[in-house]
Amino acid sequence: MSVEIRCALSAFLFYREVPPLGEEHLSKIEGATSIMNLFISLIAILVLTLLALGVAFSAGLAYLLTVIVPYAAFALFLAGFVYRVAKWAGAPVPFRIPTTCGQEKSLPWIKTNPLESPSGLPGVIGRMVLEVLLFRSLFRNTRADLYDQRPVYGSAKWLWFFGLLFHWSLLIIVLRHLRFFIEPIAPWISGISAVDGFFEIGIPTLYLSDIAILTGLSFLFLRRVVVPQLRYISLFTDYFSLLLILGAVGTGLLMRHFFPTDLLQVKNLALGWVTFSPVVPGGIGKVFYIHLCFVFVLIAWFPMSKLMHAGGVFLSPTRNLANDNRRNRHLNPWNAPVKVHTYEEYEDEFRDKMKAAGLPMEKE
Amino acid sequence: MSFVKIPTPDKLIAIRYEPPETSWMDTPTVFRPGTWSYSGAAKNLTALDMPNPRAWQPSDEDWKLPENWQQIILEGMRERLEKYRSFKLFMDICVRCGACADKCHFYIGSGDPKNMPVLRAELLRSVYRRYFTESGKRFGRLAGARDLTVDVLKEWFYYFYQCTECRRCSVFCPYGIDQAEITMMGRELLNLVGCNINWVIEPAANCFRTGNHLGIQPGGIKDMLEFIADDIEDRTGVRVEVPLNKKGAEILFVAPSGDYFADPGTYTCMGYLMLFHEIGLNYTFSTYASEGGNFGLFTSHEMAKRLNAKIYAEAKRLGVKWILGGECGHMWRLLHQYMDTMNGPADFLAEPVSPITGTRFENARSTKMVHIAEFSADLIRKGKLKLNPARNDALRVTFHDSCNPARGMGLFEEPRYIIRHACNHFHEMAEDTIREKTLCCGSGAGLGNDENMEMRMRGGMPRAMAVRQVKEKHGVNRLACICAIDRATLPPLMEYWVPGVTVSGVHELLANALVMTGEKDRTTDLRGQSLEGKTVDETL
Ligand code: HEM
Ligand code: SF4
Ligand code: SF4
Repeated sequence: MSVEIRCALSAFLFYREVPPLGEEHLSKIEGATSIMNLFISLIAILVLTLLALGVAFSAGLAYLLTVIVPYAAFALFLAGFVYRVAKWAGAPVPFRIPTTCGQEKSLPWIKTNPLESPSGLPGVIGRMVLEVLLFRSLFRNTRADLYDQRPVYGSAKWLWFFGLLFHWSLLIIVLRHLRFFIEPIAPWISGISAVDGFFEIGIPTLYLSDIAILTGLSFLFLRRVVVPQLRYISLFTDYFSLLLILGAVGTGLLMRHFFPTDLLQVKNLALGWVTFSPVVPGGIGKVFYIHLCFVFVLIAWFPMSKLMHAGGVFLSPTRNLANDNRRNRHLNPWNAPVKVHTYEEYEDEFRDKMKAAGLPMEKE
Repeated sequence: MSFVKIPTPDKLIAIRYEPPETSWMDTPTVFRPGTWSYSGAAKNLTALDMPNPRAWQPSDEDWKLPENWQQIILEGMRERLEKYRSFKLFMDICVRCGACADKCHFYIGSGDPKNMPVLRAELLRSVYRRYFTESGKRFGRLAGARDLTVDVLKEWFYYFYQCTECRRCSVFCPYGIDQAEITMMGRELLNLVGCNINWVIEPAANCFRTGNHLGIQPGGIKDMLEFIADDIEDRTGVRVEVPLNKKGAEILFVAPSGDYFADPGTYTCMGYLMLFHEIGLNYTFSTYASEGGNFGLFTSHEMAKRLNAKIYAEAKRLGVKWILGGECGHMWRLLHQYMDTMNGPADFLAEPVSPITGTRFENARSTKMVHIAEFSADLIRKGKLKLNPARNDALRVTFHDSCNPARGMGLFEEPRYIIRHACNHFHEMAEDTIREKTLCCGSGAGLGNDENMEMRMRGGMPRAMAVRQVKEKHGVNRLACICAIDRATLPPLMEYWVPGVTVSGVHELLANALVMTGEKDRTTDLRGQSLEGKTVDETL
């Protein structure tokens, strides 16, 4: 990619115009950090796709993929998720350490900020709801830059916007998928689908959530690849998680719009899973198998990876505790006695000096 | 203050934010003079029964680590992962979204990517993955894991002592990941093998023995406070008493020792004494609990508890009803978020009630310690103070939210309320640089030493530039704060980046304006500077 395009992209993704660059500046960006992690993730995804293709063309493996793997992946997911959360929950919270982002509840005439500095449970719940559903903290995001020998903090809400776009559309897509698993289809699921396809663009209808998730994912991925700082901190797992979801989304879209699948067969398969009587479907499209592969790998990968932030966010002690430290005592389960310097020892050591200074003492 | 050894401001500000060519795991740590702090002296470690006292410096090749140092560190990590949910969780859930990256004043001021909070955490996380996660054990570097080597340990030292535990990153992180918490763990681990800095360990050792960071002995404290009382008499004509170790006082007052030790803290201390005298408060200082600050917080949770214990012990011994605390940042992080848990319950004290206004400090019901800004704001609100803000007319004031009262307590309005009533000219800095988004002085958490001057000026640059902006726009010449470390470290920061701006505590401003019964005609402020002919240029 040319440097100019990269800078322009970087400016867009990192949210504002960047200052004009000098020569050496350019060369630095061009030669910046190793992108090994990106390449390895791409290769991993490629291998996964080839494997999926192999599965699609082999009857025996198709059995594995449609009858065994679903249960294995789901079991891994459940067990892994519970295990990880239990591990976190099992560790005590010795101190109450909320990060206070607003005025504490103090004097009655001072306006408090119950959501940013909650003084009790309702506030904490409100703070967590904002955090989980609306990414409140990310909404604060700014971008620091040096202009004219001075740091300036520009508004930078793109990450918040596209992050939210991605997560919400993912949620809607997952919910829409429930139509395969439930018979008769619950009205609320049809409701979601109807709203999602409201504009009735194309046949079959293009879902808004599909466009949204593609946009969101592309932004998140490009940002990671293009912004030097982001590339610098990115690990294999960061690219891989995004590509895996992109893979699932991509094949899903292919199926819906270009290589139609027999939806009746899909529904039979899904119902087979939930009734524990799965049968290998006949004549279902190849793309469907690839889609399944991506989804199952994603489900199994979830609990071992950073995707577990979905569970972890609820447990964060800087967010889910009330700022009422001085009002209600917090208990530390492992609070142990420590060696202190007592007043008696202090007075013993400094008795003469205290006497000379005329300070009152316990023992004269 | 000498800046001869560090680059000039215009050189320092030439910061590039591009990461280096080599990946961070392959970029060695260089201990460049001016960017690190001297090692903890053996005598201080010994005084605190801490491991591996020896003579060494971070710039040495050989750090004289114990033979089984890796085992000690890994064992220490295991223990802490089990004891602190914060640690375990923060090791696991970061998605490397980078939202925290440019929020750290050290990154903004240095451009060093390892000062991005996310990478600072990865320094430790990579070792966590290698020894405590399956993927790390199996896939090593591909999983972001690496071995614990001496170079890694040195890197930890360099960067965990380039974090002021200010929690700004935590405000912006979608999961609230708090690098301060990770730095605390990192420092605890380093302490297990005797790697710490003297600017933390010496105050801690002093504090353990004498009750205060500076090692001032009982007579010295009395002299200093009397000296301050003399100054007050000189400026106001009023003689204030200095109650010390007084049994049966209603309130124990605990301040940071910096406030009676050095300018400009002493002016804040004058403010406390004048205020207490004027309202006739029945209180006492203590020589044993002569410090609310606690450099144990920058060492380990255990050390924080050891140094903090004296406050409740002294309150009990003296038989006071409750405790009032002076203007200090990290002191209040500890008092607000840790003290009650560590050394409570304070069931021998009474729920704090202002003897002057009758206001019940409900929010301090359990800990029984009230912040002086809360106390004074209440006095003003209830009309108990006679104030003449015109005496501060020579000052155009801005307010620096100190990190800890801001992000570890939520104390934003009270100091502003006091300033607004004590001064006629108050101007806020830019919104992204105050309140919960406040930028650190760059010298907290034990980093305010002279050998670390370049890093301090870098870390403080974002704060200083925000001050410069209001100086240019509104003619601001006074930076108010409620932190003793700020009062010690902001003056050199201002001298370097924004000459012409002085620093003070909020209670100095309050006392300037405070009309005292029986005072003489006040012709100077607390600093002895004439009030006359200093009206502000209104055209600014
Ligand atoms: C309680 C539920 C969840 C919350 C509150 C949450 C929140 C967040 C936030 C705030 C970010 C950072 C901003 C961003 O990059 O978008 C993020 C990143 C991410 N989330 Fe979630 N998330 C949740 C569930 C999930 C689930 C179920 C998945 C996938 C199956 C997921 C996949 C991702 C990925 C891949 C990223 C990284 C994006 C990147 O690399 O830039 N999240 N999440
Ligand atoms: S903001 Fe939080 S999740 Fe994002 S990189 Fe920083 S620490 Fe990780
Ligand atoms: S706590 Fe403060 S100094 Fe430390 S990494 Fe976060 S922003 Fe930087």
